[in-house]
Amino acid sequence: MSERYGENKEQVSSLWRDARERLFAHKLAIFGGCFFFLMILFCALGPFIFTKYSYQEINLSYGAQGPSADHWLGTDEKGRDIFIRILYGGRISIGIGLAATSVALLIGVLYGAIAGFVGGAVDSVMMRLVEIMYSIPFTIFVILLMTLFQRNIYLLFIAVGCVEWLTMARIVRGQILAIRHQAFVEAAECMGAGNSRIIFSHLIPNVLGPIIVYATLTVPSVMLLESFISFLGLGVQPPMSSWGLLIRDGATKMSIYPWLLIFPASLFSLTLFSLNFLGDGLRDALDPKG
Amino acid sequence: MLKYICKRLLQAIPVLWVIITITYLMVRMAPGDPFTDEKQTSPQARASLEAYYGLNDPLPTQYYRYLVNVLKGDLGPSYKNTAYTVNELIGQSFPVSLTLGLISFAIALILGVAAGAFAALRRNTFLDHATMSVTMMGICLPTFVLGPLLVLVFAHWLRWFNPSGWYDPSDWILPSLPLGLYYAAYIARLTRASMLEVLSQNFIQTARAKGLSEWVVTVKHALRLSLLPIVSFAGPAFAGIISGSFVIETIFNIPGLGKFFVEAAFNRDYTLVQGTVLFYGTLIVVFNLFVDVIQAMLNPKIRYS
Repeated sequence: MSERYGENKEQVSSLWRDARERLFAHKLAIFGGCFFFLMILFCALGPFIFTKYSYQEINLSYGAQGPSADHWLGTDEKGRDIFIRILYGGRISIGIGLAATSVALLIGVLYGAIAGFVGGAVDSVMMRLVEIMYSIPFTIFVILLMTLFQRNIYLLFIAVGCVEWLTMARIVRGQILAIRHQAFVEAAECMGAGNSRIIFSHLIPNVLGPIIVYATLTVPSVMLLESFISFLGLGVQPPMSSWGLLIRDGATKMSIYPWLLIFPASLFSLTLFSLNFLGDGLRDALDPKG
Repeated sequence: MLKYICKRLLQAIPVLWVIITITYLMVRMAPGDPFTDEKQTSPQARASLEAYYGLNDPLPTQYYRYLVNVLKGDLGPSYKNTAYTVNELIGQSFPVSLTLGLISFAIALILGVAAGAFAALRRNTFLDHATMSVTMMGICLPTFVLGPLLVLVFAHWLRWFNPSGWYDPSDWILPSLPLGLYYAAYIARLTRASMLEVLSQNFIQTARAKGLSEWVVTVKHALRLSLLPIVSFAGPAFAGIISGSFVIETIFNIPGLGKFFVEAAFNRDYTLVQGTVLFYGTLIVVFNLFVDVIQAMLNPKIRYS
């Protein structure tokens, strides 16, 4: 876009270019981004590469061995390879993280944008509703939902997505409200743009920065909630694996087989770590005031 | 002020009603019932149980009866622990959870505020970066990761504490640490950010110009004002410590309300589940109200908006 305005490209700076420079200056954020990206690749492709063991194949004669050349991260009591189970667990944990964040993003952005754009009584009713939902202890309801109905991962990510959209809606509404009465919106109205066109092609692109930042920080909090539920034994069910489930298994047997706890726990924490650093860096880059 | 409190109390009523109703509907819509378990209940026994608890009446009638009882403060009998009422079960197990929660909350506040203020006063030095990296690690070590790791190191390897149980005060330390440290990390980051903002304001310069000692300037002037965002974080932190206590009580085998709640949901003990959710809901709503009132007292802008 910006190239059109000047001959001397170096002098033209756009929001996104500035942001990119600020982000690249943030070493830990770049490291976090790379780590998370590699983790996704690793979990997505790993099971196709390391096909020697499967995540559910039980081999009792190999039960609970420490790390070795055969089983890099050891085996659990049923002789299942921990390395492979971590890869499959990562697929579930990261998958739920991304999917539920998308659900939260979709509902939150639409809800917040409409409330902020329409304003007036509609806005106050919509925000009142968000406030009421905020005061409901949702973690308790997610636990309830997972225990009472079948422990199904689709239900889990819908439930988690439904909790996480509230903050997104608040942020987007606040941002939209701040730019709602600026001249460019009036100009678009004068040119006959309809409401949905104004919202989608004028307002939302202008608040994309905070949306991206918050979405990045939502992924780790969703993964945290998923693992929390799986840790209680209410989420993903064995023989399938998820990081929360592996930590649960490890926690029950840690006194005799510490590697069952240490490997999944440190990988899970490192992933959360990398996402939080990436989110922090993005916040500095895209939303310098925030 | 009184008007503000009344207004907030009135707003709490619909929230509690929504909590009661959602829980009621969810529990009733779920497949399975409290009388199905490993030993087969005979059809006659089941029918008489259902008649005894009034489960054959139309749903609206049952719902109405439940609401009336709740208003009277009666949460009903427990379907699984038949010797007890829900009120008795909550009354027995809640003090344990409360002790755990209060210790964790104290750890979070004291450690968090101290670390945050320390980092802010040494802005951009090595100590500041080190403190902030440690808090970032704290945020990425959720209770269900840190809890087992602490048990592994301090109970199994070093043998300083018992790995589980709740018998004497030395058993209180290990379970409260993972809960408290997680929120201490959050609070430290919040305190640092808000302290830095306050320290850059004019009145701090004025205080220094008056010749006040550095201690008075930082603690009496700066720190007091920087605690405002901490007060508003206390609400979510409280709710988080409650849900964290489910995990901690399970890991450490502590006979608190959190463990009861998870077990009751597994066993489909309808009344106990409803009662616990309502109890937690009320607790959170009341605590949030309390936080809002403190905030309104500290900051007149909220009161009059």
